[in-house]
Amino acid sequence: MTTPVIETNALAKRFGRKWGLRDCTFSIPAGKVTALVGPNGAGKSTLLRMAAGLSRPTSGQITVLGSVPNTEEASLLKRVGYLDQVRPLYRGFRVDEMFRFGAGTNPTWNMATAHDYVDQLGISLGDRVDNLSGGQRAQVALTMCLAKQPELLILDEPAAELDPVAREDLLRLLMREVAERGTNVVLSTHALGDVGSICDYLVIMSHSRIVLADDLEFVVESHRFLGAASSNAPALPEGVAVIDTRTSSSEVTHLVRMTMPLVDETWQVTEPTLDEIIMAYLRLGTGSTLSQPRHDATTATGGGGS
Amino acid sequence: MTERQPSIIFRLDPRSGIAPYRQLVDQVRQAVEVGRLRGGDQLPSVRDVVTQVTINPNTVHRAYRELEHLGLAEGRLGLGTFITQNPDVHTTEAGSAQLSRQLQLWAQRARAAGLDDDDMLELLRRILNHDERVLS
Repeated sequence: MTTPVIETNALAKRFGRKWGLRDCTFSIPAGKVTALVGPNGAGKSTLLRMAAGLSRPTSGQITVLGSVPNTEEASLLKRVGYLDQVRPLYRGFRVDEMFRFGAGTNPTWNMATAHDYVDQLGISLGDRVDNLSGGQRAQVALTMCLAKQPELLILDEPAAELDPVAREDLLRLLMREVAERGTNVVLSTHALGDVGSICDYLVIMSHSRIVLADDLEFVVESHRFLGAASSNAPALPEGVAVIDTRTSSSEVTHLVRMTMPLVDETWQVTEPTLDEIIMAYLRLGTGSTLSQPRHDATTATGGGGS
Repeated sequence: MTERQPSIIFRLDPRSGIAPYRQLVDQVRQAVEVGRLRGGDQLPSVRDVVTQVTINPNTVHRAYRELEHLGLAEGRLGLGTFITQNPDVHTTEAGSAQLSRQLQLWAQRARAAGLDDDDMLELLRRILNHDERVLS
């Protein structure tokens, strides 16, 4: 087994009296593009900042590429690239001056890669950061990150606020990097459409906790809709945990996670889309009147029908 | 590396609810069936695909493996992935003519039962999803 990219054990972070993150135990295997999804305030940025070594846990452990993240330790710092929406560019600099700065501060800097990427994006080295569009600034910031040739890229909503063309260019740049160098990526996003196309591992957060962390393929395989007439709904089959329940005057539909193969002929079984699964988890515990979650998915592990 | 036109341009519809790898597999299969891709044609490299459409490289690898498994494509070490010399589409063609007749009959019955086009598509989608689970 190769070392997990990020591994946490009972990780928690408290800001004053409020928990930013708690009971957080999960592991992201190597070779994945991981989507971190959750409502605003769920703890995504808190988790990513701790993974980048920019913030220390209140309790519990986190390791990144097998080491404890710490910005004072250069050996790990150069293996990890971190980018949030505060893009660290000097606005008075030209692009080539930013690159020289990058080369001077990063021992693993690859200038050819940096030049190649901006060239592909139609940005010239003589352009001043000030005069670039928001999308181009995001692309230059990501290029700065990629030219470091990190083993892990941590991106906090890398494509937020970008227009559709700029976001597509940015994500393709990222996928090209993954194809060529096998870079591990962990990115937070609200764009569910991106999750299915560019990611292959999914972590869902809600209320400062991890509610799901799994291979994308297995996420779809392990969830089903179970439907029945509400007048005589049968008992739920063994080994399912109810994530979300919807009822109409005539029908009841549960979205369930299966912990064992489903052997049941009383319910009408259909396969949910990835979006439907993610939405159900995001609704957990929100008290949204549009659905009626009845069970806590993080604790229900079997026979959740009572 | 020489600049060449790719043998196929992939498209990805994130709203279709169909897994991205499955969309790639289907597009290659269709291209082979209508003769746009022929035996010996090289499929674009994974790197080229990820610059065509925004997709995870692992997903492209998976689609190509699936095509190999289906006998439609073969990987040649160090060269890339190629359409097999005699992709087995004749049986598929004959089969698909028969299947489309059956589907026409079914659509007539469904319409008679009061289903509109959207209802039928939804039903088909559910069945296909369910089927995929059974087959895998």
